[in-house]
Amino acid sequence: MEYQWNWGVFLLPSAVNDGTYLDWMIAGLQTTLSLSLSAWMIALLLGAVVGVLRTVPHRGLAFGATAYVEMFRNIPLLVQLFFWYFVLPEMLPTAAGDAFKALNPIAQQFVAAMVCLGFFTSARVAEQVRSGINALPRGQKNAGLALGLTLPQTYRHVMLPMAFRLVVPPLTSEFLNVFKNSAVCSTIGLLELAAQGRQLVDYTAQPYESFVAVTVAYLMINVVVMLLMRKVEVLVRVPGYLGGK
Amino acid sequence: MFGSYEFDWSSIPGSLNFLGQGLLVSLEITALAIVAGIVWGTLLAMARLSSIKPLAWAAAGYVNLFRAIPLVMVLLWFFLIVPKFLESFLGLPPGSDVRLASAMIGFALFESAYYAEIIRAGIQSVPKGQLAAAHALGMSYPQAMLHVVLPQAFRNMVPLLLTQAIILFQDTSLVYVSALADFFGAAYKVGDRDGRLVELVLFAGAVYFVLCFAASQGVRHFQRRLQRA
Repeated sequence: MEYQWNWGVFLLPSAVNDGTYLDWMIAGLQTTLSLSLSAWMIALLLGAVVGVLRTVPHRGLAFGATAYVEMFRNIPLLVQLFFWYFVLPEMLPTAAGDAFKALNPIAQQFVAAMVCLGFFTSARVAEQVRSGINALPRGQKNAGLALGLTLPQTYRHVMLPMAFRLVVPPLTSEFLNVFKNSAVCSTIGLLELAAQGRQLVDYTAQPYESFVAVTVAYLMINVVVMLLMRKVEVLVRVPGYLGGK
Repeated sequence: MFGSYEFDWSSIPGSLNFLGQGLLVSLEITALAIVAGIVWGTLLAMARLSSIKPLAWAAAGYVNLFRAIPLVMVLLWFFLIVPKFLESFLGLPPGSDVRLASAMIGFALFESAYYAEIIRAGIQSVPKGQLAAAHALGMSYPQAMLHVVLPQAFRNMVPLLLTQAIILFQDTSLVYVSALADFFGAAYKVGDRDGRLVELVLFAGAVYFVLCFAASQGVRHFQRRLQRA
């Protein structure tokens, strides 16, 4: 049996009459983008804090931060996702759990997926921030302290401004990973790009077209993010360092 | 503080056998993918470093393509699309189910792209003089790679290869999308059957954590010993 290619399938009205199949794809792309970008914001904020805490000379804080990183790095993303979506709402105080369950299902999926991806990625961001701080010459910290700055002041005015610029290039691959990892969220029923592609296979009997389209969409996200990050990397480069001006 | 949820762990002891079989499946997939990943990844890395341009481009294209697509997408391709293609292309009888084998192959092809990058860096970390010396001794290129360059490269790469193996083990949970009963799939089935998903997800997470954390501490210990040697 010869396969009938039909790229026009995307322009057909969908089976449930809510626009064309192309609209489904675009909706999926939008979900993937908004999910990944909001998770990335959470990851940057939490990752910066935890990464800094891993380097401070305080046993309790450093231990807590290390435990945080090991926790999120040693459990598969899929298990973490099921934890945020199925387990945590049951374990929250009753009022908070009920408030979550009162949201509409799509919002529940989105919130759980966003928080999950955000925390998962933050552990990886924290590792990059920590290695950025550790890569600074030790003299920087000593010089700050010798000038009479307190340790928090030394972090704020001497070490972090440098460290945050140094971690930008290694963060590029983590940023790319957020978009790729967001595809895992299709397993809880969130209709992002991969899930829409799968849905199209069921509805249209044109599996090749739909999967090629989804794959190309991921490739395009990849290219756009890489070009964007290259611009950012040039902006934040530290003169005199490897790769600097 | 845990709200009104009442834990009931009683469905786990009776299912340990089933869960254990699932864990075995996960470990088997991991082992297969590591072997395939290292063999195929080494070939890809050598192709990428080859002086034959089309070969180098093809290998680079392969690696970049697989590294740009989510694993879930790759698994769905190989679970849903490739079997259909094989059926019509090879004229397989419609009953033959190649979907699981296909998903496994997809998983191995995906992971080998990551291995290829590690191995390429490992080969490049061997000083050029080593290859030149091997050539001077009269070795051919394959001999020089096999007996001189690759043994040194792999020695440098061992910690990274092991770390990647831990990531790969975690990745195997995603074969969930292909309905294969790996460890997480088994845990989900038990939880779904008994209405105890909360306990089973927590249990699965704890098992993964203990295994992966122990393995990563082992790698760290091993790495320190290598550095001292």
